[in-house]
Amino acid sequence: MNIPGSGIIKGLAVTARNFLGSYVEKDRLTTEQYPEERPKLPENARSFPFLVFDGEDPEAGMRCVSCKICEKECPPQCIYIVQDRDAAGKAIKRPKVFDIDISVCMSCQICVEVCPFESIRMDQDYELSSFDRFGSLVLGKSRLLKSNTYYRNIHPTEAAETDARLEADRKKKEAAAAAKAAAAEKAAAEKAAKAAVEPEVKA
Amino acid sequence: MTGVLEAIRDALPSAGVEVLKNSSPCAQDSLVVSAKDARAVAEFLRDSLGYDYCSNVSGVDWPARKVKEEVVHKESVEGVESEVKETVEREIPGCLEAVYHLYSIAKRSGLLTLRVRTGDRKNSVTIPSLTPVWKSADFQEREAFDLFGIHFEGHPDLRRLLMWEEFADFPMRKDYVPPDDFEYEPTPHDAILAKVKARTEAA
Amino acid sequence: MSTSANTATISPGGMGVPPVCGAGSASPANLQTGGTPVLPERNQTIDVSLGPQHPSTHGVFRMNVTLDGETVTKLQPVFGYLHRNHEKIAEGNSWLAAMPYTDRLDYICPLTNNWAYALAVEKLAGIEVAERAEYIRVITAELTRLQNHTVFLGFILGDMGAWGSALMYAFREREKILDLFESLTGARMMCNYMRFGGCRCDLPAGWIQSARKLVDGFPAFLDEMEALLTGNEILLARLQGIAPLTAERAINGGLSGPCLRASGVDYDIRKVENYGVYNRFKFRVPRGSTGDCYDRFMIRVLEARESVEILKQAIAGIPEGPIVNPKAKQRGFRPPAGEAYGRIEGPKGELGFYLISNGSDRPYRFRIRPPSLINLTLLEELSIGTKIADVMVILGSIDIVLGEVDR
Repeated sequence: MNIPGSGIIKGLAVTARNFLGSYVEKDRLTTEQYPEERPKLPENARSFPFLVFDGEDPEAGMRCVSCKICEKECPPQCIYIVQDRDAAGKAIKRPKVFDIDISVCMSCQICVEVCPFESIRMDQDYELSSFDRFGSLVLGKSRLLKSNTYYRNIHPTEAAETDARLEADRKKKEAAAAAKAAAAEKAAAEKAAKAAVEPEVKA
Repeated sequence: MTGVLEAIRDALPSAGVEVLKNSSPCAQDSLVVSAKDARAVAEFLRDSLGYDYCSNVSGVDWPARKVKEEVVHKESVEGVESEVKETVEREIPGCLEAVYHLYSIAKRSGLLTLRVRTGDRKNSVTIPSLTPVWKSADFQEREAFDLFGIHFEGHPDLRRLLMWEEFADFPMRKDYVPPDDFEYEPTPHDAILAKVKARTEAA
Repeated sequence: MSTSANTATISPGGMGVPPVCGAGSASPANLQTGGTPVLPERNQTIDVSLGPQHPSTHGVFRMNVTLDGETVTKLQPVFGYLHRNHEKIAEGNSWLAAMPYTDRLDYICPLTNNWAYALAVEKLAGIEVAERAEYIRVITAELTRLQNHTVFLGFILGDMGAWGSALMYAFREREKILDLFESLTGARMMCNYMRFGGCRCDLPAGWIQSARKLVDGFPAFLDEMEALLTGNEILLARLQGIAPLTAERAINGGLSGPCLRASGVDYDIRKVENYGVYNRFKFRVPRGSTGDCYDRFMIRVLEARESVEILKQAIAGIPEGPIVNPKAKQRGFRPPAGEAYGRIEGPKGELGFYLISNGSDRPYRFRIRPPSLINLTLLEELSIGTKIADVMVILGSIDIVLGEVDR
């Protein structure tokens, strides 16, 4: 049988160890002094979606083709897309309006998974609080578009995979185009040869 | 499943029990019990077959629906018999259903699904409560009463569980129309909401 | 609020006015007469509305308690303050879009919720799960169990009035597990990680090493917690012998998980159904004897120790390979018509999903079996006859999360 009160004393010893330990052990005092000290986010960390563009010009390098799959799949329906049209009124593969209401977005990243054009990705920016509830929490195209360099910066592994996949696609397309061109050339040459033979037959 | 069915038929010959096949790969068939025998069957399952644990009670709404069926019947026109195919539209009457998922902890044996159906969805929504048999059905039957409007006769305390007392409708029914009385705010979401509305109207 | 017939409610003056103040308070009528105040009769009861924002109700949950002195004679839980109707939302969305909503049921344990839903869908559509994903699921689920039981230890101390140390130590340790979740899934709590037939992404480099380090260090933390708590005389006095529960009542009341096993029932879905790859790991199922609050408290400590054992084996045995079944479709997924009930042993109890498909791209019926709600079925039975201060401890020992109770 224990001495009465020994359990409490044992517990107090633990408290004392934690209290005193917090001065020497980093493990026992894990508080980060936030605005001065920034947390180092892991690579996979996500906040809200953004749109990736290649090159320097956001509008020209935009990967989004306005297919609206993300808009349809978004569980809380926070994405809003209007497709762009040229002067003749024909639809172009580019969004005119691309809004994400981050007061509704629940950061599930399903839009990222379903995007077939590697266009929408998750950001890591978490300092988005604002005084204006109705204006600045709807991110338009200008705030959503961020460069591929930025993407490589925040998600290096994922970006490398994406770049490799896009590069492979591009090469495949080039090869296919080259093959097509070669085939067309061959066909033209054959036609020419045939045309050259024909007059002889006639003669 | 057949063993359970036979045991019930031996013990309670007059009970209306039949097996409902489940076409999904898991093949969890269920027993459909007529409302008047539900209590007796439940007590038999608990006391004699060892189904001591009622894990889950869910309401299901089946609105009346029309199915098109091809019926083949023979017709003799001037002595010549021929088979005539005819498309017949048949209406399956709607009902509400309480589905009980039972396990036996004593025998560590698997799932038995019990279904009890009401008459129609409007006027005869009363089925016997199984809370006196399995206390665990208490809150879950209240929830089915709250969200589906199934009236459990013999429930010790049948009140709304999640919605408030004054709420009139049953939100989980398929034909539920949400009241148009939510608090309006100038949200940036208006365009999105209008779009969603247009889409649901079109569908 | 009306009181039931079996509690003899006698209001001041006996006029049938609902009692509003405690026994012994003099009514204005008595003061006016100037004589000595007439004390009300001894068996007066008092109705207390506990919550919905009481710190020990673990969220927005209310109890209408009828007290005779300090003793509880009646207790009615009031739910629905956090009701979002996840079932309705899921029935209006695609099968995949229901996954992030499962995170928000029991937000302490997102990964086990993901698993339960994925398991039910896999049963419904007959999808095989990639082997590596099965191991990742076991590892993440057991880490979830560890962190749930860790914060349980902190919260129940809070319910007993010991705010501070124990909760902070628990949160410190939980934060390490959440860091692991963040580096794997991208979010600390709203993970949205499991997919039909596997998981969303593979483990990042070095994750297994950090997980191993955490798991190896975890028993030391449990030892520290036990030194702090389990021998403490005040804690023993507050927990031992409070609200015992027999095995029969626990089974009939539908209790599951640690609460069921605390009453001495040897029933763990990981053992009974062997879902996932749990049959490959050796672990024991701890059981209580009397089912009192102390058993419900201790069983979590013991379960956490067993989880550490499972984690060690799973981390050592994780195979290489794909993490998702390539045949399983996520977007535009249409399971065959039919229904399935899938359940797992969640940290709080049996978490089940009952799904009916009519072959379309959205669930026809999406039912969640919430262990937190069903474990509260016997709250009144457990509380009657105890003191009002014990109700907090009983509620704490059941371990609920209101996100799951109200859904």
